[in-house]
Amino acid sequence: MSLPFILFFVFAFIAVMGAVLLILAHEPIHSALALILVMVSLAVLYLLLGAEFIAAVQIIVYAGAIMVLFVFVIMLLNAGVEERTNWSKIAKYAGLPLGIFLLLELAHFLARSGAGATTANGPGASNAAFSTRALSELLFQKYLFPFEATSILILIAILGALVLAKKDS
Amino acid sequence: MTAVPISYYLVLSAVLFGLGVVAFVFKRNIITIFMAIELMLNAVNLAFVAFARAHNQLDGLVFVFFVIVVAAAEAAVGLAIVITIVQNRESLNIERINLLKF
Repeated sequence: MSLPFILFFVFAFIAVMGAVLLILAHEPIHSALALILVMVSLAVLYLLLGAEFIAAVQIIVYAGAIMVLFVFVIMLLNAGVEERTNWSKIAKYAGLPLGIFLLLELAHFLARSGAGATTANGPGASNAAFSTRALSELLFQKYLFPFEATSILILIAILGALVLAKKDS
Repeated sequence: MTAVPISYYLVLSAVLFGLGVVAFVFKRNIITIFMAIELMLNAVNLAFVAFARAHNQLDGLVFVFFVIVVAAAEAAVGLAIVITIVQNRESLNIERINLLKF
């Protein structure tokens, strides 16, 4: 067992445990904290894959901004223990089997697919980190138009959130 | 030092996505359902990065970047909708938000 394997299994375990906790928790704030756990361990896995920039963005945007927004709304709405209701029959008898089926099917196909080999380009190329410089060149040249389009998207999202959340006058 | 096989990451991604689907189906709190969507987006991001590594292409990482941006926009608008719903219905339970229910 080399160090990458140990790191992978430790943080994969933490991520799966966090996701299970998200499902089992009764209070939304516990679910939010479990989701932060998942996101931080995924950032470590991104580092393990050599994607440093994505790992940093994962921490800053996901674990930082988006989850703070979630926690803020949970506090604002004073969300307490989840109300238990009778599950609909469809959710009870089709939801769980179908969820497990989807999980198994995805795992089966992915494990069997051609990506099962270590890497396409041999171990030498695989251990080098993706350079952030090359990523930024790709982002600002090949994908410049989508990048600018996302700024419009963010602007519209800000306006939409403002319009939705403001008090009716 | 051998690298972890890409298929391990893909299986982890599939497991996280499946757990996200289960949470989406079973949770009754509208905020927690939103969190399940974020969990699924994260699982997909992991698969993107793993495939980018497998093919040694940076395009996958750019795609992850865009997914994160869209997730941020979605969270902002979605939580604003949640606040509006709670102000009108005074409940976070999706069973009570049934105006459009068939």
